[in-house]
Amino acid sequence: MSATGIGASVRRKEDFRFITGKGHYTDDISRPGQTYAYFLRSPHAHAKIKRIDKAAAEKMPGVLGVLDGAEMQADKIGNLICGWMIHSKDGSPMKMAPHPALAVGKVCYVGDPVVVVVAETLAQAKDAAEKVVVDYEELPAVVDCAKAKGATQIHEVASDNVIFDWHLGDKAKTDAAFASAKHITKLDIYNNRLAPNAIEPRAAIGEYDTGSESFTLWNTSQNPHVARLVIAAFVGMAPENKLRVIAPDVGGGFGSKIFIYNEEVVALWASKRVGRPVKWTAERSESFLNDAHGRDHATHAEMAFDADGKILGLRAHTVANLGAYMSTFSSSVPTYLYATLLSGQYAIPQIYCEVDAVYTNTAPVDAYRGAGRPEAAFVVERLMEVAARELGVDPADLRRRNFVKSFPHQTPVIMAYDTGDFDASLKKAMELADYKNFGKRKREAERRGKLRGIGFSAYIEACGIAPSQAVGSLGAGVGLWESAEVRVNPTGSVEVLTGSHAHGQGHETTFAQLVSERLGIPIESISIVHGDTDKVQFGMGTYGSRSGAVGMSAIVKALDKVEAKAKKVAAHMMEAAEGDIEFKDGTFTVAGTDKSAAWGDVALNAYIAHKFSGQELEPGLKEGAFYDPANFTFPAGCHICEVEVDPTTGETEIVNWSAVDDFGVVINPMIVEGQVHGGVAQGIGQAMIEHAIYDDNGQPVTGSFMDYAMPRAHNLPSFKVGMTMTKCPSNPLGMKGCGEAGAIAAPAAVINAITDAIGTENIAMPANAATVWAAIQKTQPRAAAE
Amino acid sequence: MPTVSMTVNGKPVSANVDARTLLVQFLRENLRLTGTHVGCDTSQCGACVVHVDGVALKSCTTFAWQVEGANVTTIEGLANGDKLHPMQEAFRENHGLQCGFCTPGMIMSAVEMVWRKGSDLDEQTIREELDGNLCRCTGYHNIVKAIHAGARAMAGDRGPAQQAAE
Repeated sequence: MSATGIGASVRRKEDFRFITGKGHYTDDISRPGQTYAYFLRSPHAHAKIKRIDKAAAEKMPGVLGVLDGAEMQADKIGNLICGWMIHSKDGSPMKMAPHPALAVGKVCYVGDPVVVVVAETLAQAKDAAEKVVVDYEELPAVVDCAKAKGATQIHEVASDNVIFDWHLGDKAKTDAAFASAKHITKLDIYNNRLAPNAIEPRAAIGEYDTGSESFTLWNTSQNPHVARLVIAAFVGMAPENKLRVIAPDVGGGFGSKIFIYNEEVVALWASKRVGRPVKWTAERSESFLNDAHGRDHATHAEMAFDADGKILGLRAHTVANLGAYMSTFSSSVPTYLYATLLSGQYAIPQIYCEVDAVYTNTAPVDAYRGAGRPEAAFVVERLMEVAARELGVDPADLRRRNFVKSFPHQTPVIMAYDTGDFDASLKKAMELADYKNFGKRKREAERRGKLRGIGFSAYIEACGIAPSQAVGSLGAGVGLWESAEVRVNPTGSVEVLTGSHAHGQGHETTFAQLVSERLGIPIESISIVHGDTDKVQFGMGTYGSRSGAVGMSAIVKALDKVEAKAKKVAAHMMEAAEGDIEFKDGTFTVAGTDKSAAWGDVALNAYIAHKFSGQELEPGLKEGAFYDPANFTFPAGCHICEVEVDPTTGETEIVNWSAVDDFGVVINPMIVEGQVHGGVAQGIGQAMIEHAIYDDNGQPVTGSFMDYAMPRAHNLPSFKVGMTMTKCPSNPLGMKGCGEAGAIAAPAAVINAITDAIGTENIAMPANAATVWAAIQKTQPRAAAE
Repeated sequence: MPTVSMTVNGKPVSANVDARTLLVQFLRENLRLTGTHVGCDTSQCGACVVHVDGVALKSCTTFAWQVEGANVTTIEGLANGDKLHPMQEAFRENHGLQCGFCTPGMIMSAVEMVWRKGSDLDEQTIREELDGNLCRCTGYHNIVKAIHAGARAMAGDRGPAQQAAE
């Protein structure tokens, strides 16, 4: 292993600009003649718009435009869309309601954008927005997903507010498995609604150039090409070749910056209307209102066991809240990203899952770190833990008894697990957690008046979201391959243009490590270019832990072509047969001779083209590739959480976190461990403190960092992180993906630990001090009676 | 419009600004020092922390005129020329950042934490002192490590406010 190659914890190349304040985030960019947009949003969860009076606002100082949805429609700007088709049980397509970027006729959630004011300064835009009069006729609001079906109708297309009722698996066979069961474990679960809260708020700058009749959009996007495609082809802003999307440095995404949002469409349109660049940056309170939220599932789940503790079947019924409109990929999250993972790490013969997706008068809900897979892992791992207690079996033993042990393994819910060693990660996690001495620690804690508990989460996920043919058959409107272009310069330095996008993952370092390893050149000579549709070929972007397994595989494929072409050049240079050229550590040699040519010489010769004729070989050294994998990847592992609860207050402290993950081949362990830390922190946040709450009228209660509990440094422990490795067989590097694992594994581990500590079978997330204290009050009489 | 004057990163600056102008707006928009970030509107996230006369301050909740005549240091002014500040080095060495957006505020808070609490900081102190800075990427694990190491590397640096007080 070289110091900068695959497997080395290389310090990040991108860090210098971030630690010195020289990054370029969207809000850091100012365009000549730039103006500012401020959005007037609905204060009501559900209302008809009776009248909009803009006259006073238009006369305010500095105002350049006060624009509404009717004007947008008159300009033939189309609606936002959801790009994943789901069909109901009866074969009917999902009921996608019109989603205009500025509301037309009615508003459907608090924060729904109604009017945009564009002015010379932001303060002037805000002042003018005060003068806009909107008359609303309030309608009853639907908030709770469990009560949405048949409540006040929100959209014309969905008479009972049900978007689809979908299912997966064989109901009859699953019911038969349950009929023969010796034991059935049942659980009702609410997977709490979360606000994504990347620390960089969303932002957009729209600019229209009258000379070339083309638009440029700078925005906080995880996938600029997808944004361009949707805004061109569906919203109809401009032809695709007349729209450039640039996603510069992006300050965290976690899914929330995948989607195509109202404000970026409006910034583009308004820039043409006012003839000047238009900038919008969300305030945090707007982020709480408008960024797509995550989770919000209510599930009843059951698991059936035979007399030996072997799982016979699993069935689940889930109601998923998709909010007021269908966000870009919302329909895929509670369906194919969720129910397909309900087999967990276990050989389960029969699984049946029904999902009802409903509209409510709340912010749209879409993918948030893990997207469907945390919900699935939570169902499976909570059921396993509760079953172990009911059956009187050690939770590790019950898991081991049911692990999938041979691969490939076809589950009853589409996924074919390619490889893994679940026993190995469980064993290593138990060692890391010092499981065998837990009893001692529990007794010691009891002497201090504390309740100590331990919880497992043996999760699996499907990552590297692809392959295109498979996701297409499941309803995806796009392909999920990735692209790369490797440009070798005449001096031998290299630019890699990737369709992936980094917003904290460190691609500028890890992708360069791959190129450094392959070409034997220093990572300083390698630049990774992403995030600009004018520079980079079409690419699918970063989400679903796919940039390694899919994005880097595309780079491997392009590097293969570069190497093949470079060998041809070297053969001409050294007057040898192409088949005799060998390439290692940056040097080309002729087999069996002492002839050699350095990488830089070959690169230069490829461009000066003096050693071969253009008829024999094309000059230049630049190759592109599109890579579409053969299967999803299946990262898996085991996290063990140990907690101490103070029974007098319900305060819970995580005293030990042991994570062992199998991510396949790891490029940069330092970066991978960082991904685990961040994911676990978000999972602990969900389990213990985070909850995006609306009141019964649909008013958001958690609208700022004062009300929404974000994990802070003192809420979290240090983490013990270990790894096991089985190589992924479906991509050339053997990688699986690591970005979401922590968020998928953590919630079940926390709740399993807390319920173990306080002696209850179920507790709602977030299990904050008040919730835990209340649960203790219920369990203590029982404990006393024993 | 009132005139505000102050010293920013060692340079005297002066401008006529709307009285509502916040210090962070003055830094980002008037001076184009965009390293200081805005991550919230309730003074909770700490992405906007700068030093005013050696004290960490949230520039998103301070009017520019409130620091009239003060000595302001932003993340852009922390390094000594080409030589990074030891806390900047520690964040890079310990992978204490991912997306980088909270990082300038984290580093400015961390430096002032060392000035107040000394260079031998234990984990619990660091975690408690970070109450005013939010990070969504790192789970704080490596930020805590970075501050621990950065503090050691700053041994002997008691900061301008403490030095002035003595």
